[in-house]
Amino acid sequence: MVRFKRNWLGLAVATGSLALATGVSAQNKELVFGFQCDRTGPTATVGTALCPGYHDYIGLINSKGGVEGFKIRVIEVDNEYKVPPAIEAHERFKKEGAVLEGLYGTPQTAALNKKLEEDKILGTSPGFGTAAAADGKRYPYTFPIAASYWSQAGAAVEFAKEKMGALKGKKIAYLFYDNPAGKEPLAILEDLAKTEGFELRTFAVPAPGVEMGSQVTDIVQRFKPDFVIAHLFGRAPSVAIKELKGKGFPLSKVVSFVWGSAEADIIAAGGMSLAEGYNTIQFAGVGKDFPVLKDIEAMYKAQGKSAPKEMDSTVYYNRGVMNAAVHVEAVRNAIKAKGGAAPTSEEVKKGMEAIKGFTLGGLMPPMELTPADHEGGGWCQVWTVKGGKLVKSKDWFQGYRAVILKHLAADASKS
Amino acid sequence: MFHREAGEFKTTYAGDMALYPLPIARWTVAALALIFVVIVPLTLHDYYLSILNLIFIAVVGALGLNILVGYTGQISLGHGAFMSVGAYTAANLAVKLGLPFWLTLPAGGLMAAAIGVLVGIPSLRIKGLYLAIATLAGQLIIEWTINHVPAISGGAQASIEVDRPDLFGFVLNTQGRLYYFLLFFAVLAIVATLNLMRSRIGRAFIAVRDQDIAAEIIGIDIFRYKLLSFAISSFFAGVCGVLYTYYFGIANYEQFQLGVSIDYLAMIIIGGLGSVLGSIFGAVFITLLPIVIRMLMENVGSLFFTESELASVVSGTRLAVFGGLIIFFLVIEPEGLNRLWRNVRSYFRVWPFSY
Repeated sequence: MVRFKRNWLGLAVATGSLALATGVSAQNKELVFGFQCDRTGPTATVGTALCPGYHDYIGLINSKGGVEGFKIRVIEVDNEYKVPPAIEAHERFKKEGAVLEGLYGTPQTAALNKKLEEDKILGTSPGFGTAAAADGKRYPYTFPIAASYWSQAGAAVEFAKEKMGALKGKKIAYLFYDNPAGKEPLAILEDLAKTEGFELRTFAVPAPGVEMGSQVTDIVQRFKPDFVIAHLFGRAPSVAIKELKGKGFPLSKVVSFVWGSAEADIIAAGGMSLAEGYNTIQFAGVGKDFPVLKDIEAMYKAQGKSAPKEMDSTVYYNRGVMNAAVHVEAVRNAIKAKGGAAPTSEEVKKGMEAIKGFTLGGLMPPMELTPADHEGGGWCQVWTVKGGKLVKSKDWFQGYRAVILKHLAADASKS
Repeated sequence: MFHREAGEFKTTYAGDMALYPLPIARWTVAALALIFVVIVPLTLHDYYLSILNLIFIAVVGALGLNILVGYTGQISLGHGAFMSVGAYTAANLAVKLGLPFWLTLPAGGLMAAAIGVLVGIPSLRIKGLYLAIATLAGQLIIEWTINHVPAISGGAQASIEVDRPDLFGFVLNTQGRLYYFLLFFAVLAIVATLNLMRSRIGRAFIAVRDQDIAAEIIGIDIFRYKLLSFAISSFFAGVCGVLYTYYFGIANYEQFQLGVSIDYLAMIIIGGLGSVLGSIFGAVFITLLPIVIRMLMENVGSLFFTESELASVVSGTRLAVFGGLIIFFLVIEPEGLNRLWRNVRSYFRVWPFSY
């Protein structure tokens, strides 16, 4: 009976202190960020590492007194990679007064484009959504803030060109997941094949992408390409690494798009040491050698905790940090422009479009967001597996930017 | 509701055939209409309306699937694809020909019905699990076709953006306006199904479900009614897809994949096979429960966890609780929430007596 009473007392105290805490924070200056994630759905392997990165960066900013004196409160909603929960999440963010939101998932981004514009709340979709969303005039409130599949295709071809000298007369295989996202880069690749004079052949892998023996045999033994560009998702990248390696194709002649480029993909294919030479395109820095990550580790140490294990999955974790950093910078710009007052979501959008020269110690590209370019220039890095870890082999570059811009303009005039 | 039937005498045929023959049932419906047409949209925040909107769309789809699975006894794993057929038909008509929604919506439904009949043809020869696999093939074929035929999908991204529906110059671009738009179709679907099921066609469906050979012997054309069931059911699914398209402002290939077919099957199984109210219960349950669980857990969990820890705890445990509740409800009442509701109702019907 005594224990029972004590429990109730504890609960009452906790509830009371909670009420007190919320009462205090309401007096303080606070901004609300909405953030969608997938920790339980088909892309959970990405979400469980990426989303903690987002929270940790916001936690770091809050521990340093917030952004320009404003504390940030993040509302996270797990949309399970389904569309209806993403709509519900957006409406919830709107109700709670979010000044911006992070989107998660390509169909979710597609379904929210229009809503974001109507509600005048910006959404960021790094690595998701259509390449056309880079056009800020067409999708004013959607911000990819990272290299689209088109830009990645340009980067992949440029990297291949650098590796092989010239592309004329060379053969490139494009191994892709047979869904809209997988097919999107085809427009760029086909265009470049014409102008650069290489032979492009495409190899589609049907969902769920765990069976690609025949495609890889086709590539390695029949087509015999000089280079392979892979664009796969989920379990498929590790299967591709395993198959290509098993059929004797040198992984140093393979470059993967951003969703086949994490440590987890490579480890699942049999370990880092087996995938020597595998090239990956990245839109955020890889590894732990960045000041901001040291700060996050120090923040955990100051709280008497060890750094979270998600930090070891640096590819995804760093993307989460980057997403959060862009959000914070947009808000910072908006607050500064308003002379220290709380910005509205429309002012945050202007702040987002003023981001320039903010690289977070090299974790982010030298991107420049403008009202017309919401992609920030389409910067990529290439990291290669060397000696059991990912090593940077090509610093920030924009592959065939002119071609990408030409396609964006053509796509905009079509609609 | 809790009403007594004694002392109600019908003196006209029309009175006897009314959808709600009892005065108290009519009053209940009128009260519900008042709540949903006037009180809810005026008092609730847009956020809650957005959840209701999602439920309304789900109700249309769940009713359609229930006509096929619950009433006719034919299983379908292809309803997600039938929705996409409706969605892409409507989106193409709206974008390429500039047709208004009141034309694209029935067109999407009819196209889905046509495709549904095609996919339903195997049901004439096979049943049960075999039919499930045949319709699963239908789902995959339709997905593949949309993905690979640019004339349907509108390009590599397989998504077609549509404008908001426009009614007499009134653009339906807020949750409040969309609420009435979707409520109208949800009610239409409910009334249509209620009436369908007490017509000759509905009774034929039920006869086919209960014993198709017996149904054939008493003169029901199995060929016709099985395909008709597929057609009507797919029509509902197509309309559901069109509603999604207008609600999201885009028809997207990834919105209607196999997982959606399974979600809708879960809705009608939990809600109750072969009942209109069950479809509504199921749609509400599957849409609302994850949200309610998350809200509860966020409030309780914030006592024990920090904000960033909470996020990972909530999504994991939410799924576990959601799954647990589904099992719980199915164990205490395998016939679904509708049966549970009927048990409660029949208890109170004679209360305080036991018989």
